[in-house]
Amino acid sequence: MEPLLAILVGAMTAAAIYLMLDRNLLRFLFGLILISNAANLTIFAAGRLTPGKPPLVPEGADAPLSLVANALPQALVLTAIVIGFGLFAFALVLALRAYEALGTLDTTEMRLAEPREDRDAP
Amino acid sequence: MSWILALPLLIPFVTAIAVFLLSNSPKMSARVSLAGSLAGLVAALFLFAEVASTGVVAGQMGGWPAPFGITLVADMLSAIMVVITAITAVAVALYALGEIGAEQSRLGYHALFQVLIGGVSGAFLTGDLFNLYVWFEVMLISSFGLLILGGRPEQIDGAVKYVALNLVSTILFLSGIGLLYGETGTLNMADLSRVVAEHPDQGMMTLIALLFMIAFGVKSAVFPLFFWLPASYHTPGFAVSAVFAGLLTKVGVYSLIRAFTLIFVSQPEVTHTILLWVAGFTMVTGVLGAAAQSEFRRILSFHIVSQIGYMVLGLALFTPLALVGSVFYLVHHIIVKANLFLISGISQRMTGSGELYRIGGLYAAAPLLAALFLIPAFSLAGFPPLSGFWAKYVLVKASLDADAWIIAGVALLVGLLTIYSMTKIWAEAFWKDDPSGRIPKAPQDGPPLWPCYAAVVFLAVLTICVGLVPGPFLAFAETAATQLLSSDAYINAVLGAQE
Amino acid sequence: MKSIILIAGTRLLVALLLVFSVYMLWRGHNEPGGGFIGGLIGATGFVLYAIACGTQATREALRIRPEIIAMVGLGLSLGAGLIAGLFGDDFLTGQWLFIGGSKEEGGFPLSTVLMFDVGVYGVVMGSVLAIVLALEEEEED
Repeated sequence: MEPLLAILVGAMTAAAIYLMLDRNLLRFLFGLILISNAANLTIFAAGRLTPGKPPLVPEGADAPLSLVANALPQALVLTAIVIGFGLFAFALVLALRAYEALGTLDTTEMRLAEPREDRDAP
Repeated sequence: MSWILALPLLIPFVTAIAVFLLSNSPKMSARVSLAGSLAGLVAALFLFAEVASTGVVAGQMGGWPAPFGITLVADMLSAIMVVITAITAVAVALYALGEIGAEQSRLGYHALFQVLIGGVSGAFLTGDLFNLYVWFEVMLISSFGLLILGGRPEQIDGAVKYVALNLVSTILFLSGIGLLYGETGTLNMADLSRVVAEHPDQGMMTLIALLFMIAFGVKSAVFPLFFWLPASYHTPGFAVSAVFAGLLTKVGVYSLIRAFTLIFVSQPEVTHTILLWVAGFTMVTGVLGAAAQSEFRRILSFHIVSQIGYMVLGLALFTPLALVGSVFYLVHHIIVKANLFLISGISQRMTGSGELYRIGGLYAAAPLLAALFLIPAFSLAGFPPLSGFWAKYVLVKASLDADAWIIAGVALLVGLLTIYSMTKIWAEAFWKDDPSGRIPKAPQDGPPLWPCYAAVVFLAVLTICVGLVPGPFLAFAETAATQLLSSDAYINAVLGAQE
Repeated sequence: MKSIILIAGTRLLVALLLVFSVYMLWRGHNEPGGGFIGGLIGATGFVLYAIACGTQATREALRIRPEIIAMVGLGLSLGAGLIAGLFGDDFLTGQWLFIGGSKEEGGFPLSTVLMFDVGVYGVVMGSVLAIVLALEEEEED
């Protein structure tokens, strides 16, 4: 199971980096979302995979009765997903605003805050 | 014990809620924000006194023992950083009285600002890598909001670069956390300090360390990862960029210091050598970048980069004296840099522009502002007896002691070039006459200017105090450096606190 | 976009989703569920309503600005942590109150843990709705 996940993470990262090298801001963001999911999968796999044994405490007991899956990475991944959700929601709105304000999604054309020197020359 | 640690976090969040519910009344929310910042300062000073008298303080939230629970821990470095954060918060909240209008207040400036301060304090106090990530994100989300507040096109443009590069760093940080957890099974920093040192595969640990180095490197804007900073810091309002300039990159530097003194110290010949090169290049590229700029805040932004190099230099040399220099530099830099950004704000209010070639005549029109500019500017350049002199003196002496002649030379040369940039601002904005012949004057409408001056004077007085009486501050920095180099106190405070 | 089918279906579904979200919040105490997932489900209900009937109607149905829901939720969560201080415990330590008898006698348990979860519910629902409504309104302009 772990090798499979490792290959999946590798493939996702490769695809994400390909997307992130694009000048188009939207494709960059899609790459970022993909790579963040690759990172989440890394954490998930790092906690070792224990299929079929959810970390649930049965009624009346104080601790799980047998060996169960590691719950901590799941909690970490959940937190990371939530945070990622907030960040990417913001980033997408920002991309929309950028398109409205600057008229382009090409990052090389976004020079409003850092104007090229030659444009200022008379 | 844990309450004294939790208060510097709780106060900003409670203030944020109060301010948000008051956001329809700009005057009230600005005042509540200032009051909350003052309360935060008091709490921070209490924490500092506790740490100074009893050593490292650690506490577990929710009563769960370390390394399982949420650990808050304050050693001398954390305590110093929390106090300086609170001081910056007070200064900027005061300044905001004179800058933030009804519209920005309604959009939530004060609430976002308080959340940002809470996030920064949390990052300084947490004892857990994953919580550090969470606090980074709290900081990041609120800084995004502050950055685009008002929504001018330049702001959006700057924010795109800021958001994109910081998100990349976030993901690297998260991957590093995943790999480290997979290898060691813990994320508590005190626990990691033991486990990483004993780990059989040191090569893997160094690899993970490099992942963290890049992630924190983006946050602290070191060479070659700093491009987002000068692209965005000059675009938002002044009360926003001052707090960014003072605090945000320093959280990155703090994380670097924490990670590479407490956790990843087993192969310093790899990690700290890289840091040394990074420090040298950061100093030089930053200061050269500043020399090429002609906008007030862009010059200052590039100087942040160059100054980050000094702080990383102290960490890279990894001797007691060098770490003292780093800690002292952090403190000095936050005060001075926030102050310079605030001054650039007053200057823009009076002249109407930040482009140095279009403005002038400030010396004649506002001699007080000119004098107030000289204090942090000279301090930044390292003139005795101001705070920057002592910071640079300690660092250069530490590099000479470590026989690092070249880097000492670089540090001195960069100091010289810093003077060039400060002279440029002085000559263009203050000394020469305005090219269009108008006399700088603050517009009559809009919020009053006195809170801005009060904030600047407050920080300038601090700079002078640190400069004239460096003894106690150096002593605190020395305690911090000692605690950083022998991490036993830190580990015992966290893991021994479980009984 | 006005669709009779969607509007008619929404009426049923929104109520169902909201009830289900509260059930999830409640259930999360001892079983899978909790404030986070409950808040998401609750937000889904209002988002569906916004798609069917428009954002203006949704804001009226909410009565309170979603940002305020989020902030009050944050306040509740922080407050739940602060209550521990009254009893001399660490920040965020759970405090229990048993109404009508002790734990063994089967008293009705109330805890700051639940209060914390309700706060999380508010934060999640409020912030998700704030983002979604802002985006929807952007489109309508």
